[in-house]
Amino acid sequence: MTSPGTVQQAVISPGINLELSFNQALQGLGVPPDLAHILWLPLPMLLVLVAAVIGVLVTVWLERKVSAAAQQRIGPEYAGALGVLQPMADGLKLLVKEDVIPARADELLFTLGPVLVLIPVILSWLIVPFGQHLLISNVGIGIFLWIALSSIQPIGLLMSGYASNNKYSLLGGLRAAAQSISYEIPLALSVLAIVMMSNSLSTIDIVEQQNSAGLLSWNIWRQPVGFLIFWICALAECERLPFDLPEAEEELVAGYQTEYAGMKFALFYLGSYINLVLSALLVSVLYLGGWGFPIPVEWIANLLGQSTQEPLVQVITGSVGIVMTILKAYLLVFLAILLRWTTPRVRIDQLLDLGWKFLLPISLVNLLVTASLKLAFPIAFGG
Amino acid sequence: MFSLPGYEYFLGFLLIASAVPVLALITNKLLAPRSREGERELTYESGMEPIGGAWIQFNIRYYMFALVFVIFDVETVFLYPWAVAFHKLGLLAFIEALIFIAILVVALAYAWRKGALEWS
Repeated sequence: MTSPGTVQQAVISPGINLELSFNQALQGLGVPPDLAHILWLPLPMLLVLVAAVIGVLVTVWLERKVSAAAQQRIGPEYAGALGVLQPMADGLKLLVKEDVIPARADELLFTLGPVLVLIPVILSWLIVPFGQHLLISNVGIGIFLWIALSSIQPIGLLMSGYASNNKYSLLGGLRAAAQSISYEIPLALSVLAIVMMSNSLSTIDIVEQQNSAGLLSWNIWRQPVGFLIFWICALAECERLPFDLPEAEEELVAGYQTEYAGMKFALFYLGSYINLVLSALLVSVLYLGGWGFPIPVEWIANLLGQSTQEPLVQVITGSVGIVMTILKAYLLVFLAILLRWTTPRVRIDQLLDLGWKFLLPISLVNLLVTASLKLAFPIAFGG
Repeated sequence: MFSLPGYEYFLGFLLIASAVPVLALITNKLLAPRSREGERELTYESGMEPIGGAWIQFNIRYYMFALVFVIFDVETVFLYPWAVAFHKLGLLAFIEALIFIAILVVALAYAWRKGALEWS
């Protein structure tokens, strides 16, 4: 049961708690608490799923528009104003496309591959917070859950590459697996430094720890090296340029996706964009203060003589929090799109050298430096 | 009702997340046309008849990286509880972790010298 813990938190800390309000409203109507809890369960999940899908549609549109601008083209313009409906049209088109399974492929693994890629990526949204109580579940292991889930994805990629029985697919699948395991360790180590500063794995605690003094208390100032390592690794895990070797068009056709058509291709596509948005959200949660406004909302409220417990102030704080989270994440998505058109692709040996011989030692040093700074200046590094 | 607090959401979200690809594939199956004519199901190999299959032996390098990965991934798993409890443990835990990491750095240096991290 989550309810007792969250109830107590809501009393001492500001921020809207939709679960509490929902449960209280239902209990006011005479519904028993357990039933109210069960009725509440699917609501945040469906909301987050819809948010993720809308996030992907926006990202795809943004990617096409920004890419077009970078190449002095116009980009999509006919479907809806400025072509905003183009990604949705593409998705619907893929839904009615024929599903081609190569005669020599392993049918079961071929189908299972994209499914296995998509599920953990969606599941990771469980821990993405948009506000103090605006996340699906504040599970104790928080960010560690994301690291665990993100290592399932390479299995799906390897599976689909191998099952296709195509040489390009096999090479793409192997490269994808090698790449994501190489960058997972520096990624996990840079998260470790953040965890050490927050004394907690929960994404909520990580953000709260950063929001004592607004912009100045964000983790990016205390972890600049960790931020860069995390961002590079996140790009590599998402297979974005300059690390898109697994699907390098010029050499491998489309890598592990070569034999895929119709909905299965769309699942890969959806998975990679959900992963990109997720990574951007997590960078903003870990390093850029999550839902925090650059100037703490409490200070503004005090200045205006308002209590943070007032319903109207809470609604405004909550909305500002959601907007800030999304704004920070999309700034990073925009950066990733610009990087795509300004950096050349690395070679596989350069990629592995960067991961193993540069990022891994640097992230170990970063972790130890954080630990020693925490011993020396416990107040500045989370007590 | 549930022994681990907060994880009923994990279970529920796992079901919802699994339903997304399954529903998408079923819809695709119902809506999409289906034909097996021509060379549609031939493996793609730049427009040529494919020469041999792809289920062959592949580069040993991938195994080497996978092995080094296992070592360091287990290391990070061991370091997570240390990092969470670090504010209570203090200097002694720092020295212990330093020794632990030093041993692994020796292992990394060994793998590096032996050429396990070289691609070519």
